[in-house]
Amino acid sequence: MSSSAESTSFSIQPTASDPPVVMIQPVHGWASLRLRDVWEYRELLLFLAWRDIKVRYKQTALGVIWVLLQPVITIAIFSVIFGALMKVPSEGTPYPIFAFAALLPWNYFAGALTRSSTSLVGSANLITKVYFPRLIIPLSAVVSGLIDLGVSFLVLIVLMGYYGIHLTAALVLLPMLVLLVTLTALAFGLWLSALNVRYRDINYLVPFLVQIWMYVTPVIYGTALIPERFRFLLGLNPMTGVVEGFRWALLGPSAPGFQMSGWIYLLSACVLVVVLMSGLVYFRTTEQTFADIV
Amino acid sequence: MSNIAIRAENLGKLYHLGRAQVRHNTLRDALADGLRAPLNWLRRDGKSSRERLDQLIWALQNVSFDVKRGEAVGIIGRNGAGKSTLLKILSRITEPTEGHARVYGRVGSLLEVGTGFHPELTGRENIYLNGAILGMRRAEIARKFDEMVAFAEIERFLDTPVKRYSSGMYVRLAFAVAAHLEPEILVVDEVLAVGDLAFQKKCLGKMEDVAHGGRTVLFVSHNMNAVQRLCSSCMMLDRGQLVAYGNTPEVIVRYLSSSSGKVLPAAWIDLTSMSRRGTGSARFSAIWFSSDDESVEFQPYSNGPLDVSLSLVSDSPRTVGSIAVTLYDEYGTKLVNADTISLGRGIPLQAGDNIVRLRIRELHLNPGVYSLGLWVADPPAEIYDYTESAIRIEVVRLESEGLGLRPVSDGSVVCDFDVLDVSHGGDGGLSHG
Repeated sequence: MSSSAESTSFSIQPTASDPPVVMIQPVHGWASLRLRDVWEYRELLLFLAWRDIKVRYKQTALGVIWVLLQPVITIAIFSVIFGALMKVPSEGTPYPIFAFAALLPWNYFAGALTRSSTSLVGSANLITKVYFPRLIIPLSAVVSGLIDLGVSFLVLIVLMGYYGIHLTAALVLLPMLVLLVTLTALAFGLWLSALNVRYRDINYLVPFLVQIWMYVTPVIYGTALIPERFRFLLGLNPMTGVVEGFRWALLGPSAPGFQMSGWIYLLSACVLVVVLMSGLVYFRTTEQTFADIV
Repeated sequence: MSNIAIRAENLGKLYHLGRAQVRHNTLRDALADGLRAPLNWLRRDGKSSRERLDQLIWALQNVSFDVKRGEAVGIIGRNGAGKSTLLKILSRITEPTEGHARVYGRVGSLLEVGTGFHPELTGRENIYLNGAILGMRRAEIARKFDEMVAFAEIERFLDTPVKRYSSGMYVRLAFAVAAHLEPEILVVDEVLAVGDLAFQKKCLGKMEDVAHGGRTVLFVSHNMNAVQRLCSSCMMLDRGQLVAYGNTPEVIVRYLSSSSGKVLPAAWIDLTSMSRRGTGSARFSAIWFSSDDESVEFQPYSNGPLDVSLSLVSDSPRTVGSIAVTLYDEYGTKLVNADTISLGRGIPLQAGDNIVRLRIRELHLNPGVYSLGLWVADPPAEIYDYTESAIRIEVVRLESEGLGLRPVSDGSVVCDFDVLDVSHGGDGGLSHG
């Protein structure tokens, strides 16, 4: 047979120098997370995030200006309704700044959660045709919001300058907090995206979930508004820690609302770890059936 | 390092077919099922209600084989034989239920070209995106970029969004990216059905380069000519089992001689589970055919009429420009194409079920078994549903015609001929009577 002769000459070619061996078999449990695979495909992750961003503003008249306008309009509405009319106490800080510092991570989280929950179903044509680690899809949906977050951050800085509020050294913790909110969005995004493949109810559920979630998170109000004995409940919501953390990093240690004891943050962190780990496992164990049922 | 490219052992894939009817795709059902589960367990039933209602189908079972490096292997079999499932497992799109396969090298699949193309992005952007989706590194894409653009012949439209491309340009670009992937193992599933004839030739040429360049190729097709041309060996699947694996001509002969896929006329045949392409916005759900002649039990016969009724499910009211019934011979060569586009009027479809009845007035095919393909599209924009082999029909001979003797090999097309005259040398040369 001629193929044996061909395969010897073939092995000299650079592409064949060391072909990776892939084992295809049914997988179960923890061993199957394949996080290294995700790293191998990091370029795809960036491409997909880049595509998301590009397409989002492609046929809009104002284009990227929307990224600037969205937070400004939201803040204007919130300031009028909650700040001026309802007089929600903002403890010394001007209400627009008080709310904006919290809306920064919240808007990112809400967007990332909504996008990632529909991401797998929206990529059905990819999933049924090409192999790549499926984790890339919700991950890119979460990552693609970071640009908007960055632009909003700049808007906030300008606004703070207008009100004469200075940044403090606490700002160095901001990157950590950005990572935290990204992981939080990913944790819940993993659950919702994987559940959405099987139960399209998730599509209808997420908008309500996001709405309710915002009201139970101290975004438009501060934790000071919650009676002491109920504050531990806030700890069950990982976004509480994130939002208060952002206020603290942006407005300084004297910032309003930073009155929760440390163990509430610890509780927040534990909830996050549990949701993230269980989300990864659930995602991975259902991943093998995505292509069959999506 | 061994010279094996793929080693599969006991691969199996179980599908829950019934899920289409009893899928608990709402949380309510899932919760109800979850509540029932302990009860079932108490009844020592062991299975959940879902499992009992499901129809379990082994799309693939006990499939073991070795593919040598640098070999081009054809995979043939009827619709539903498990070809696509096998390719999906080997390209890691879906996981096997049992067994395992060892794959030495990167698998590039041409299961569907243009995967991940985004209409809003330009040709240039889509090349990078699509390349990344197929598993190429950015540097690799940059290196092959010019080559891909030249192959696709779209130089002038590089910075135009692909939604403004003609369907031909779109397909050429998509194929160009996929064809330049240069994986150690290339998996191809009948992409040759796309594009115009010249481009198909180019694609086939590219695949020959790949196959003869020492790469491993798995090629699924109903087109026996192409399989024969490209593949030195061939495997045949039948109802999920690997029934033959050997040199191509022998396996093809075996495939052609087993006419298990033939169906009978004058009865509705369900098409919901056939393998197909297209957006699915309008889908063929069933087919009925008949020659209207009871003496041959409604079988189509040479030079006779062929009535075809098509049940089409559309998801919204629309007018389609093209519905076609196409007949292919055993080698996948297109013989007859009754396409409504040539009649020049659109066919209105309602949302839901529609029946479209066509008649081929005279079927100029010799007795034999043919594949019947279906197509519904609104050219050039959208292909709703398309298959090259929905069913296999047998064309028979009407007893009343001639002596019923046939040459051993007389081709596919009937030709109406007669003997005009017979002259002999003694009668004065070649004069016509």
